Formats: sequence, structure tokens, C-alpha cells
Amino acid sequence: MKLPHFSRKTLCIPYGVFLLFFVVVPMLVILFYAFTDDAMHPSFENFVKFFSDPTKLSTIVYSLVIALVTTVVALLIAYPVAYILARSRIKRKYVILMLFVLPMWINFVLRVNAIRELFNLLTQVEAFEGLANANYFKTIFGMVYDFLPFMILPLYTTMTKIDNSLYEASADLGGSAFTTFTRVTLPLSMPGIMSGVTMVFLPSMTNYVVSDMLGNAKVTIIGKFIYTYFGNDWHMGSMIALILLIVVFLSTWLTGGFKADENVRGANL
Amino acid sequence: MKNTVLKCLKAGFIGLILLLLYAPILLLAVYSFDKTTLIGQFRGFSFVHYINLFTDSNVLGMIGNTLLLAVVAALLSTLLGTAGALGMYYCKKRVKGAMQALNQIPVINAEIVTALALTVTFVAVNLERSWFTLIIGHMVICTPFVVLSVMPKLKQMDGALYEAALDLGASPFKALMTVVLPQIIPGVVSGFMLAITLSLDDYIVTMYTRPTGFETISTYVYNATTKGNAHTAITLSSFWALTTIIFLVIVLFVVCSNLVGRRKKEEK
Repeated sequence: MKLPHFSRKTLCIPYGVFLLFFVVVPMLVILFYAFTDDAMHPSFENFVKFFSDPTKLSTIVYSLVIALVTTVVALLIAYPVAYILARSRIKRKYVILMLFVLPMWINFVLRVNAIRELFNLLTQVEAFEGLANANYFKTIFGMVYDFLPFMILPLYTTMTKIDNSLYEASADLGGSAFTTFTRVTLPLSMPGIMSGVTMVFLPSMTNYVVSDMLGNAKVTIIGKFIYTYFGNDWHMGSMIALILLIVVFLSTWLTGGFKADENVRGANL
Repeated sequence: MKNTVLKCLKAGFIGLILLLLYAPILLLAVYSFDKTTLIGQFRGFSFVHYINLFTDSNVLGMIGNTLLLAVVAALLSTLLGTAGALGMYYCKKRVKGAMQALNQIPVINAEIVTALALTVTFVAVNLERSWFTLIIGHMVICTPFVVLSVMPKLKQMDGALYEAALDLGASPFKALMTVVLPQIIPGVVSGFMLAITLSLDDYIVTMYTRPTGFETISTYVYNATTKGNAHTAITLSSFWALTTIIFLVIVLFVVCSNLVGRRKKEEK
């Protein structure tokens, strides 16, 4: 037998097989588990249970609200930071930008632990005693802290691309600083806002490490919710995972985040 | 006058946010040099947490696990992802598009969904959780990012060079190794670095796919803080020392690369 001729295309076979077995099959498996019962008979029970259980629905609403507040706060902090840095004329602004990204290289859980210790210290001061029970505040603080770089970087990148002459033109034509902002800066930085928002909103809805470590386990977000079914009810767990999957893909599609060429997260690190 | 006020406001805002960003880390750094295991109580200067960090076999085991897992998962992801990206790039448009779409699934998906789907699959085929399942889990989250950082380099490459190598008598494999690979190396390296950081940071996928009794830094610290006891307090405080060390290493790295970059610019 002759050895098959080496072709460059064959190189994609291992990864294709890997994707099939460990990405496609698992998605089909949760789809299967979501719509079956313990005896593996087809069933819509989990679907009905999910949408008729007020605690499940309220968890989803809570997660959405927490994610929304986190995203808005992160945007309100990141936008001015990115704007000031992108427009400033100081020489080594790259260094300042780096300062915002640096903490990201510390292990995620260790970082959250550091915030936890800071809050523990503050609660020992009388004026901040209330913090001990401010679980939602602490959770949102932690999430904003952790996801802030993902908001700053895309905003900064789009803002540095805005042509300076546009600002000058707007000023020459009599636009006030406010008009320039609403008519030039804001529309042109929209792509950055969009990619920042998707990168912050989705993890803050599902990453339960922050809410667990900072919220005294009083804050349950949808990610944690799936975890509670880990090992005891795969079918319900799969149903929630499936719903989350659909939510995530719908929102990514709506915000146009499916552009495979752009390695938003990677390129910025 | 108005300008200076504005400038001060801007600098103040940036400073305030940076202060908030660094306060937790600096707090741990300060307390890591104290005997105490409770933040808020100074008991006296000591290196005890650093000594613990480097002598406690439990802690060393976790650090070893974390590093070994990250290196193995990143190496395998880089191999698989680079080969995958190369193959995809030369495939027909439809195959390429399909694979790129599949590649995006783990990137966009919530980590918890990826982790659950994998684990349910492992359970369905009666696969015991082991190093194998753990590494597969990490590869699922890392490999797509390798592909995403190699792809742009392939697009920037001059395709004629490969053809030229073939015309000059190189075998396709040799042409790939000596002509194509050197051109995409920057993408491969940044993909590898990205894979390492993703694996080091991961908690959720590790939690689901790890064998029983296996602890990384992330799983230990998470479990110890959410269900802590007296013993974990000592171990946890040796992680203050670890946080400080990681932070110092990063700062050193950034300062060095900045200095090197500046020197290169001056040479030019």
C-alpha cells in the first residue's frame, strides 16, 4: 500500500475530531438530557418545571439585574478612563494602561480573595460595619473589579482610532464640548462599547466564584444555580445550562460578536 | 486656570480608580510579612507565611498541580490549535467556515455550560474523572484561543513563499516546517501564553472535571474561603505570600520588558 500523500488540509483532522467529540457531542448530550427524565424517556417536565418555578425564575432575574448593574458601573468607570488616556498627550500613557491590566495576571481566585480580605478589614472599622451584610454591593464591587480591564481595553482601542481632525472639525463648526461628545466620540466608540459590554455582561451573569466568595453565599446567580444540580439531577442541570446557552448565543448574535477574525480577548492581552 | 483644574480632575479620577484596583493586593502584600493569620491584627514582622509557602507539602502540591496542569494543557492546546488553524486555513471555504464557527462555541459559551456539558458526557459514557478528563476540559477552553491567535498570522502571510518552496523541490511537509511555521511563530507563542493564563486562572472547569482529591490553587482557595476552618486559615495566609510573589514577578516582568523596549527604540 502506498502511503497517502501528505496534504496541508489533513492537519485540521485532529482538531476537527476533538471539536466533534468534546464540543459538539457534549452540546447534544445536554440537549438530550434536558428533554428526558430519569428513565431516559422523552419528557418536557424539566422545561415546564423551570418556567413554573418562581425561585428559578427569580434567580434568572436576579442574575440579569446583577449583570446589568455590573456592566453599567464598569462602563461608567471605564469610559472616562479610556477617554482620558486615549486623548491625553502624555508620553508613556501605555504604562498607565498597563497598570489597569496588571492585576489580571494574578490568579483570579487569589484576586477575589484579596478583595474579600479588604472587606473583612473594613468591616472592623465602625463606620463600615454595614458592609458585613452588604452582600450584593460586595458582589458587584468584585465583579466590576475583575472585569474592568475587559471594558477598558476595547474602549481604549476604538477611541485611539478616532481621527483627531474630527474633534477639531466639530469645534471649528461651532460644536460645544457636549455636542462633540454626543455627535463624534460616542457614536464612533460604539463598537468598543458593544464588545466591552458583551465581555462583561456574560461572565457576570454566570461566574459564580465572585458571588460566592464575596456574597457570603447569599447571592445566587444562574451559574451557581447550575452547580447545585451537579451530580444529583443531571436532567434539570442540563435544562438550565441549555437555556443559558440559548440566552448567551442570542445576545452574542444580537450584539454582532460572532466575528471570528477578531480575537477580542486575546489580542488585547 | 480652567484647564489646570480639568487636568487635576482627570489625573485624580485615574488615580482613584488605580488606588481601588491596587488596594486589595497591597493589603495582602503588607500582611504577608506579619505573623498574623487574621487581617486587621498586626502581631509582628515575620517571614512565616513565606516559609510556610515553600515548606508545606500540601501547599507545594497544589502549586505543582496548578503549574503542571497549565503547562501540559497549554502545550497540547498549542499543538492541536496550531495544526488545526493551519489545516483550516487551507481547507475549502465551507469546511473552514464550519470549523471556525465550532471554534467560537467554547469562546462565547459560559464556562459553566462548557463544564457541565463535558461532565454530563463523561458520566454518560461512564468515564471516571481523572487527569485525562481534566486536561480535556482545559484543552476545550484553551485551544480555541490558540486558533484565534494563529489565524491572523496565517492571513498576513505571503502564500507565494510556500509555492516557491515547493517549486524549489521541498516536500510539502518540509515547506510547511521551514517556510510557513517561522512566519506564524508569533501567533503560536501568544496563543501558548494565552492558554497558560486561561488554565492558571480557571476554577469552574477544573472543579467539574478534576479527579477526587485533586486541588489546584483556585479550587483550594475557593473552598477554603467559602467553608473555612482554623487549619485552612494558616494555609490561606501562606497564599497572601503567593499573591505578593506573583504580583512582584509581574511588576518586574513589565518593568524589564519596558526597559528592553526603550533600549531597542534608542538603538534604532
